[in-house]
Amino acid sequence: MSDLQYRTIVGLEIHVHLATRTKMFCGCEMAYGVRPNSRVCPVCMGMPGVLPVMNKQAFEYAVLTALALNCSIPSFTKWDRKSYYYPDLPKNYQISQYDLPMSENGFIDIPLESGQVKRIGIIRAHLEEDAGKNTHTLGNFSAVDLNRTGSPLLEIVTEPDMSSPDEVRALAVELQRIVRYLGVSEGDMQKGHMRFEPNINLAITKDGQEYRTPIAEIKNLNSFRALERSVAYETARQLDEFTDRGITMQMGNKSTRGWDDDNQCTVLQREKEEAHDYRYFPDPDLVPVEMDDEWLSRIRADLCEMPIQKQNRFVSEFALSEYDAGVLTQIRSTAELFEQAVALGADPKKACNIITQNFQKIANEKGCTVCELGITPEKIVEMTNMVTIGQISSTSVSSIAVLSVANLSKTLREIAVEHNLIQTSDAGEIEALVDQVIADNPAAVEDVTSGGKKSKKARGFLLGQVMQRSKGQANPKIVAQILAKKLS
Amino acid sequence: MSIQDYSAKQLRDAIASGAVTSVAATAAIFQQIDKLQPSVGAYITTFKDRALASAGEVDRKIAAGEPVGPLAGVPIAIKDNMCTDFGPTTCASKVLESFSAPYNAHVVEQLTAADAVIVGKANMDEFAMGSSTENSGLQKTVNPWDATRVPGGSSGGSAAAVAAKMCYGALGSDTGGSIRQPAGFCGVVGLKPTYGRVSRYGLVAFGSSLDQIGPMTADVTDAALMLNVIAGHDERDSTSLGPDIAPACDYLADIDKPVEGLKIAVATRFNALADEQVQAAIAQALDVYTKLGAEIVEVDMPHFDYAVAAYYVIATAEASSNLARYDGVHYGHRTEKPNDYVEVYSKSREEAFGQEVKRRIMLGTYALSSGYYDAYYLKALKVRNLIRGDFTSVFEKADCIVMPVSPTTAFKIGEKTADPLQMYVADIYTIAANLAGIPGISIPAGFDNDNLPIGLQILTPAFTEAKLLRIAKMLENQTNHHKKHPE
Repeated sequence: MSDLQYRTIVGLEIHVHLATRTKMFCGCEMAYGVRPNSRVCPVCMGMPGVLPVMNKQAFEYAVLTALALNCSIPSFTKWDRKSYYYPDLPKNYQISQYDLPMSENGFIDIPLESGQVKRIGIIRAHLEEDAGKNTHTLGNFSAVDLNRTGSPLLEIVTEPDMSSPDEVRALAVELQRIVRYLGVSEGDMQKGHMRFEPNINLAITKDGQEYRTPIAEIKNLNSFRALERSVAYETARQLDEFTDRGITMQMGNKSTRGWDDDNQCTVLQREKEEAHDYRYFPDPDLVPVEMDDEWLSRIRADLCEMPIQKQNRFVSEFALSEYDAGVLTQIRSTAELFEQAVALGADPKKACNIITQNFQKIANEKGCTVCELGITPEKIVEMTNMVTIGQISSTSVSSIAVLSVANLSKTLREIAVEHNLIQTSDAGEIEALVDQVIADNPAAVEDVTSGGKKSKKARGFLLGQVMQRSKGQANPKIVAQILAKKLS
Repeated sequence: MSIQDYSAKQLRDAIASGAVTSVAATAAIFQQIDKLQPSVGAYITTFKDRALASAGEVDRKIAAGEPVGPLAGVPIAIKDNMCTDFGPTTCASKVLESFSAPYNAHVVEQLTAADAVIVGKANMDEFAMGSSTENSGLQKTVNPWDATRVPGGSSGGSAAAVAAKMCYGALGSDTGGSIRQPAGFCGVVGLKPTYGRVSRYGLVAFGSSLDQIGPMTADVTDAALMLNVIAGHDERDSTSLGPDIAPACDYLADIDKPVEGLKIAVATRFNALADEQVQAAIAQALDVYTKLGAEIVEVDMPHFDYAVAAYYVIATAEASSNLARYDGVHYGHRTEKPNDYVEVYSKSREEAFGQEVKRRIMLGTYALSSGYYDAYYLKALKVRNLIRGDFTSVFEKADCIVMPVSPTTAFKIGEKTADPLQMYVADIYTIAANLAGIPGISIPAGFDNDNLPIGLQILTPAFTEAKLLRIAKMLENQTNHHKKHPE
């Protein structure tokens, strides 16, 4: 049997929908799921005589994202027309950027499961307008919806630096976290806010010689899971194809494959890369964009700490676990809530637990963020303090969390009192109860003091009796201490 | 003086003062249109009822003492490549024969705000591609001075309408001379402003980096009056000049003030390409200027020889992309029975576009194709820069440059249709101004032996229309060419 080793090589082409209020080159409102062709105007419909006007907000969002991806921002960038005929493209050209994109040469650090971080190169990111949507399921005709036409799209092209499905997924998740941190996109794959198209092939070493399989570009991926699985599937398929038929990369044998989610496989869409001639040329209707230092620094001022940096800092600064820090930094406002609570004196570990295990759960159920629940840093501080001084038990934290969301105007203490969730730590009060229980249960006391094999069970029974008489409000730690002292 | 002989400015003043009504002037214009449209064919569409209603509204405002705009009640024609939300906007093409725009071009809004009365939409070469209006897919227009000759183009309908007094002024568009050359052929004034002076919003694009809307009028003062109305920044056109670069200006204010110490550049080598009678008229005009105290400066334009070639690469490249939307799917004529989806595109375009438009789409597509881009488009852009440089050095020595508008006077209908290259080469004097983005004006400078008007062209640096108009007015004040009208 011959010796064969392989390495997967993946680069991504990513489209991110920028969450501007209006479209890239006209004033139409951006809206999803509304009546077809209800968010259109002469400009985005490409009517004779109309002219595009650049949406400055979209450009600034694009630059902000590029800065977050550590790209360089040239001082001069321009718009080009990319020509092709398609029904979803009313002008039959797309306004895009060709040889002078608004950003290039960046990188993104992605956290791997191993706890390591891998740096993936970004070749370029440019801004363009989206096309409309064709529908072919209405009968013996096709319908075109131009609501999406002219939406601002940021196209990001990575270096082929990823070498496993995990890494591809990690990049996608990290990018989603970044665009959401920056507030430039909702980043929802199902809604098409982010589209990932992996370009994948294998470097195979066989009998000391290296081969490359033909590159396949995969389309129609609408979830992280599909993205990850498609890369895994494609790796296996290309390996099989190589071992069965020995096909290697040649000029023009790049193919386009679609992901079939029902059958969990990729399906060939276009065998040969067509020799597309898009006849790019500078769009004479738009003036080039010149970026001066003042404008760039104004945009840069909106740059926040990136999620991975925040995550690393939470680990080192607050001694949180990698996992906890990851969960906490998933949403920027949640991470900031945590930081503010800690700054106000909350214990980091307890604050993290309260946020991630209690409030995050409620927020997930409601489909919102923790901050959107109305939870303030002060509430987190109050809760951690109550736990620390033993006013509430760790088991009642989750009840108090639920109740506090429903009663935002009340303090946690008021809620705890109202629902009898305050824990008694008063030694005198507890001692009185312990004395009663010892007096009422001589047999159990006998079992404990004799030190036999029934001792442990009997001790538990007595403790339970004390808790029952305190209606669950006695601090169990203190009960145990007093019991131990009395029965020693 | 009869109402017909008023200039736009005179008519406006007469209407505003109550001496005449806009309804009377408009009715007179429609009488003239009814009389001459069958023979001259200046219009594709006219709006008699609408125009009379607008005229009535202006008269009502004046009677009520309400303020009125600078073109109050003046009947104006617009070229049929400017969108109106009333009537069709055809670009003289079968492709757009049934297209009605749902919006008004910026210039239409400006005219309306100035209380002008829009009488109709003038014929043109299809999509403004041509120099004779013979490329119109919908209508034939002849030169009012000689019905066997072309009115020039592509704004031939606008020029003919002004010359034949079928309106008091018109808007044309100029991509490579399409305002100035027909103005010259028809003996009227035609002004192409600085690129960006007038918003292109609503002008159906031909060559976007070259297209510019401008007035075509009976005299220089009217050109200034109309430029006042249509010029100005428009946010909807990114290439429209902002007030920081091109501040608002009253072009009428100093129109009669001669330019002191005027220096006129002349490129004799270049002018010698024109017919002798055209050259003689230019020489006469220069004599007039000299007598007024102007100094003539001999200059060379070393890169002008490449202007036509560069222009026909850039203009066609842009056109090939601008006209892609007329595909039968989104806009324009759709073929009756396509066999498949690709045929919806190919047959629709094949059936409705005229020969010249197809020729230019193919030229432009070729020039932009991968592997040819550098050799054609990129090289043409370099020539464009060199031509800008030629003008820069000329304007260091002189206030303006004077040259013919066209090498000949109006040629016979059909004379050049068989040889498109001959037609292209005749654009030699007008094209450079579009490549450089500078303003240019064509004014009447005499007549040839066949009693056909000869145009004279004056070009000045970007943003200096006020001065350009004053220089033109200096000549007009000394001559009577603009007062002669066709029979």
